[in-house]
Amino acid sequence: MLRYLLKRFLLILPTIFVPLIIVFLLLRLSPGDPAGMMLGDQATPEQIEALRTQLGLNEPIWVQFAIWLKGILTLDLGNSIFFREPVMEVIPRYVSVTVLLTIVALILAVAIGITMGLISAMHRNKPIDRGVVAMAVLGISLPEFWFALLLIFVFAVTLRWFPVAGYNPPSAGLIAFGATILLPAIALGVRQSALMTRMMRSSMLDVLNEPYITTARAQGLPERKVIGSYAMRTAAIPVVTVAGLAAGYMLGGAVAIEIIFALPGLGRMLVEAVSRRDYPLVEGGVLTISLILAVLNLVIDVIYAILDPRIRYQ
Amino acid sequence: MTVRTASDSTPTAQPASARELVLEVRDLSVSLRNADGLLPIVTDVSFSIAEGEAVALAGESGCGKSITASAIMGIAPDNAEISGTIILNGAAISGLPHRERRKLCGRHMGFIFQEPMTALHPTLTVGRQMTDTLRHNLGLSHAAATDRAAELLDRVGIPRAREILKGYVHELSGGMRQRVMIALAISCGPSLVIADEPTTALDVTIQAQVLDLLDEMRREFELAMLFITHDLELVGDFCDRAVVMYAGDVVERGRAADIVRSPAHPYARGLIDAMPRHGDQRARLTPIPGTVPPVGHWPQGCRFAPRCSRAGKKCTVRPPLAVHIRSDVRCWYPLKVGQ
Amino acid sequence: MSTTQATHNERLTDGGEEPFATTTKSVWQRLLANRTAIVSIAILVIISLAAILAPVLAPGNPLRVSPANRFIPPSAEHIFGTDHLGRDMFKMVVHGARTSLLVGLAVTVISMSVAVVLGAISGFYRQVDVVLMRLVDGLMAFPGIVLATAAAGIMGPSTRTVIISLSIVLIAPSLRVVRGQVLVVRELQMIEAARAVGVPTLRLFTRYILPAVSSPILVQASFIFSAAVLGEAGLSFIGVGIGPKELSWGNALTEARNYISQAPWIVLFPGLALMLTILALNLLGDSLRDILDPRLTRRR
Repeated sequence: MLRYLLKRFLLILPTIFVPLIIVFLLLRLSPGDPAGMMLGDQATPEQIEALRTQLGLNEPIWVQFAIWLKGILTLDLGNSIFFREPVMEVIPRYVSVTVLLTIVALILAVAIGITMGLISAMHRNKPIDRGVVAMAVLGISLPEFWFALLLIFVFAVTLRWFPVAGYNPPSAGLIAFGATILLPAIALGVRQSALMTRMMRSSMLDVLNEPYITTARAQGLPERKVIGSYAMRTAAIPVVTVAGLAAGYMLGGAVAIEIIFALPGLGRMLVEAVSRRDYPLVEGGVLTISLILAVLNLVIDVIYAILDPRIRYQ
Repeated sequence: MTVRTASDSTPTAQPASARELVLEVRDLSVSLRNADGLLPIVTDVSFSIAEGEAVALAGESGCGKSITASAIMGIAPDNAEISGTIILNGAAISGLPHRERRKLCGRHMGFIFQEPMTALHPTLTVGRQMTDTLRHNLGLSHAAATDRAAELLDRVGIPRAREILKGYVHELSGGMRQRVMIALAISCGPSLVIADEPTTALDVTIQAQVLDLLDEMRREFELAMLFITHDLELVGDFCDRAVVMYAGDVVERGRAADIVRSPAHPYARGLIDAMPRHGDQRARLTPIPGTVPPVGHWPQGCRFAPRCSRAGKKCTVRPPLAVHIRSDVRCWYPLKVGQ
Repeated sequence: MSTTQATHNERLTDGGEEPFATTTKSVWQRLLANRTAIVSIAILVIISLAAILAPVLAPGNPLRVSPANRFIPPSAEHIFGTDHLGRDMFKMVVHGARTSLLVGLAVTVISMSVAVVLGAISGFYRQVDVVLMRLVDGLMAFPGIVLATAAAGIMGPSTRTVIISLSIVLIAPSLRVVRGQVLVVRELQMIEAARAVGVPTLRLFTRYILPAVSSPILVQASFIFSAAVLGEAGLSFIGVGIGPKELSWGNALTEARNYISQAPWIVLFPGLALMLTILALNLLGDSLRDILDPRLTRRR
């Protein structure tokens, strides 16, 4: 088991370093000058030069890279050019929001996806199955940001059950937090739950045809146990994969949702930082996302190994 | 000449001794309902099995033997329509609602599948699969169930039973897996065991071992055994009586040794002749010409007639299952002894 | 070999026909026999026609501001209503379709071409595969939005920029599909046989591998198109897509969120067009997959 995890970990390393190298090159090699942007139109060329030297932007590129690499290893990610605070302090503020949003959205998506997929598979080709399949197709085709707008229109503007935008952290109370996180989570989760429903249904249909399910029934085990323990164990594996992909997507790609609902999240921070050429912040942000995704992948690998013992020995 | 139709009261249909009948199947017919309508798969199957008796349900693939077995077990597919009577240990079970039928599985009827590779759960431990059945059907505690499971594995000849219980199916060889299947099938003390081609997927050397094991189990626990197979030689060696099926019909029924030595139905004769045998002096094998008619394309009248060398004018009408010299035959022109 | 096995094999090869050859004619025929396929194709045809005929259907510059006509709800003269700048929504939707569909098409063609080439090479040559797949993993771990934003930052938001960003991001899934298929085909005995006889590698690719890959590619193309349309809309919505000077369904919705309460129709119609297109493409992909993937035909 340990060797399996170690091997998975080694395979994950490129997924952390490649994005970092990409972002490093992209930013440093692109036009636009962070120093100039920070100081504004009124700045004199000398002032801009001074700032550039101070920020280390005039060094040759490999020196910049070496400095940066050293910084990562000592956990010194530099200061955000825009916020003028250490990157290590800026990022956690935003990460917590995105992580919370992802967790809530993921819980919704998984709960709905597994339930609907299971019901659908067990009543195959009957009206409820057809209904679920149709809704899943619609759900997959639903643009999240548009759905968010619709949700706002119905629930915030018309019914006034929720605020239109804004964010209350959990420290402000569960209800206040819930009020600001629910609509975004639904908007973010609907499409993923549709994908999960389809996967669960298809996976379960495959498993229900397997001989070992017939054996379980032939042993007199109650249907509840046959489906719940025997079938689900194998059927859940592809769903775990989809859930992992969903989580990865939500962590990095929820920008539109964060903008619409005015949530101070990581995706939004990144996009704004890129526009501002705030190199350290962008690099820190991409590193954070890559690390979270890497940990996520390892967790998923562990779940696989638990669900399917055959994998442990590979 | 009147034809005496074979019913269960005639001598050949019943076992020689007056042992308790475990299973009685009367006029079982199974049809599948699909988009095109109702498709008959099995028609008017009747036979019985007594305590400690092994009855073979023999025939080629597509003759309906597997679906007969699943109908008896109560695990036929949802779109199957079943008519006829099935009596287990004296009680009619065919009319029972689905859930009641399922409860009989494991406790009163055991099933051994053909492919041990895929018939056991790949990611649950062997122990878990066995204790689940034991706990559900016999109400044992976890500890008691584990002990019993170890005993059973030991009994079927699996060494280091306790270790195996903690392991997984993919760690075992084919023969071992089939032994686990057997242990599972008899674990709750059923009176009937249905074995669906239990040795087909195994190596030849292992086949003999598994068959010996089944025989032991049968004798020790006085099990009634329904043995589904396409191998007639096996039938002759292993089973007391045989029911030969072709295209959904029972075509011959009687003592296994008799049928294999001198079959009365031309199809059974053809099967015996087509088999290569040790010490065979023939230069070539004699296959049965033609192919098995697929379900839904059965000819009117006798279903074997198009391939039969003895077919005559009467064969446009489906013959009844009639008493013949030593077995019950569904044929207008059955073979005599020695033909 | 039992008799049933013999007839099955006969049916597969049918005396001369190559087991892998799927002539385009028969794909069309089968497609038109499938109800969902017909509906989705119909929708796509209608939307495409609307896009092509935009100057005829809704003449004039869709972006021209008309302050006198602000916030008119859907009516006879403006069937989709007007927005906060008085622009006719129907015009915006119909003209926006051109960009949205164009980007979708371009991205699909570019990303899939690259994916086919790279996937085939990767599937065939082990050494290339090992390196390439690690790179692809790394690429996939990179948030696409950041890439697109960076690209927009470097080259300025425009249709060309968004096509490049989306093409890069969408190469990976197609590449995996192609590679997977090539890996399967490579192991087939007929490849071994062909090589043993001395068939040159390029010929192997064109005569054996490409035909085997064409079916999954066709299916994948539909889904990539759908993802590209969705992606462009999302990017344009947040401002890092095509930019304010051009028009697509995505950026038609950018300002709309500020006026939801006053004029919900501004949000409704472009989004509906977007969803309908994506839906049709997804349904088409599903139908193609049902038709072309032999494994799935047994279970529906």
